[in-house]
Amino acid sequence: MLCEHCGKNVANTHVKRTINGKTYEAMLCPECAAEMGFGSLMGTINLGSLLGSTFTEALSGKRIAENQIVCPQCGASFSDITQTGRVGCAKCYEIFYDRLVPSLQRIHGKTRHAGKLPSGAGIEAKRRNELDSLRQQLAQAVENQEYEKAAQLRDSIRGIEEKEGDGNEG
Amino acid sequence: MKAKWYETSGDYGDIVISTRIRLARNLAEYPFPERMSASQRRECENKIKETVLNNGAGISKRFKYLELGLLPQAQVVSLVERHLISPEFAKDNDAKLLLLDDESVSVMINEEDHIRLQVMRSGLDPDGAFELADKLDTLLDEQLHFAFDDNLGYLTACPTNLGTGMRASVMLHLPALQENGSIAQLSSTISKLGLAIRGIYGEGSRPLGAIYQISNQVTLGISEKAAIANLRGIAVQLIAQEKSLREKMVLDERTVDSIWRSYGILTNARMISSDEFMQLISNVRLGVSAGLIDSVSMDTINRLTVNAQAGMISMHEGRDMTAAERDKARAEMIRTALAS
Ligand SMILES: [Zn+2]
Ligand SMILES: [Zn+2]
Repeated sequence: MLCEHCGKNVANTHVKRTINGKTYEAMLCPECAAEMGFGSLMGTINLGSLLGSTFTEALSGKRIAENQIVCPQCGASFSDITQTGRVGCAKCYEIFYDRLVPSLQRIHGKTRHAGKLPSGAGIEAKRRNELDSLRQQLAQAVENQEYEKAAQLRDSIRGIEEKEGDGNEG
Repeated sequence: MKAKWYETSGDYGDIVISTRIRLARNLAEYPFPERMSASQRRECENKIKETVLNNGAGISKRFKYLELGLLPQAQVVSLVERHLISPEFAKDNDAKLLLLDDESVSVMINEEDHIRLQVMRSGLDPDGAFELADKLDTLLDEQLHFAFDDNLGYLTACPTNLGTGMRASVMLHLPALQENGSIAQLSSTISKLGLAIRGIYGEGSRPLGAIYQISNQVTLGISEKAAIANLRGIAVQLIAQEKSLREKMVLDERTVDSIWRSYGILTNARMISSDEFMQLISNVRLGVSAGLIDSVSMDTINRLTVNAQAGMISMHEGRDMTAAERDKARAEMIRTALAS
């Protein structure tokens, strides 16, 4: 089989890693295995023993009918994605979201972004980001016994949370 | 001329060689590079080029636009040796690169993602490297529409980069931990924390020159700051362990002997292969950091480690060379560097 990461080279390295209790497994070529940090140091197992892998597992059973769907922007099907290990375009993430999520969970242990936002990000993401940041500051303030600051932060958090209720986007 | 990042040594320079931050970004309106048409590729290339070169910020004037297909092969190889581009990118004859004058920032266009922005720093400096990467990213964001999803973050061709799109890595010299056989165990501990350690040069459990890289593996559900703090925390622990092992190691007269033998070969050899050099310079690096060899600075060692690689030597000589010619030129370069 081809490498699940680059889709170009022959895969001969079975890799397995556990993050936050979730196990990630894949068949990779030696280059990608090395690039992704699965050096021979990681105790990789060679060939044969592969049972399920990151993406192909999601292909089993009644999923097959859904495989006719292609991304309208780039023309990729879900099986193109599983074969190459590469997503075709931004739209693919929307079209195949439900089927990609289990793999993302396996790779990262989480499925919700918690970092920088571009200027075009949605209001909801910005609000969530601000809340995360305020909560972190609050934890820090409590740890430093800065109670006045903590009370202010708690008010700000409550304010944003109430607004969220008003917005009622879904 | 301002020194390049690989010509100096930075924080924890006795153990940490360099720090790198890499951000993956894509333009929302185009498919990812793998699925782009030739005309989309051109358009996308031009957009990125124009934005980097003409965004009005002072730094934009310091970028150079390079078409890899027009460069001599030795120069392309040397870009890989300086970690400015990936080996895959070097194979692409149509690849375009934006490079800052001091080589601390490179932007690979249409590698696996439309934009791979990379900042390099000498020594341990993930915060400084991120600060610059973040600033440049914000500048680009003002003019380019990045592919982003509120839940999944920055969208990337490979799901392993999704979220922050950030890969932070630190390159360390760990001869004592390697000698002691503890890297394999450290590796399994580190992987549980969402990071990975691997050898940089050569295969197997004893990478050439005992140079390792640690990097974050998780990019979704963790902020850039938190990922960097994790990386820094692990790096500092590794440094402390390496230091305390080194103290014992350099009391062993066999270690001292091998350090001085390595120094002897490097300062006298008339021909030396790249592999032999990597092995020996590792011992000399250890000798310098332990204070045994005081005639050589860490800056010299860092500079030599980059400059003595094959592509750099051919580029320096300005011609294609046979392996034997390179081995001769390398030996001469090393003698000169260590003598001054
Ligand atoms: Zn691969
Ligand atoms: Zn698509």
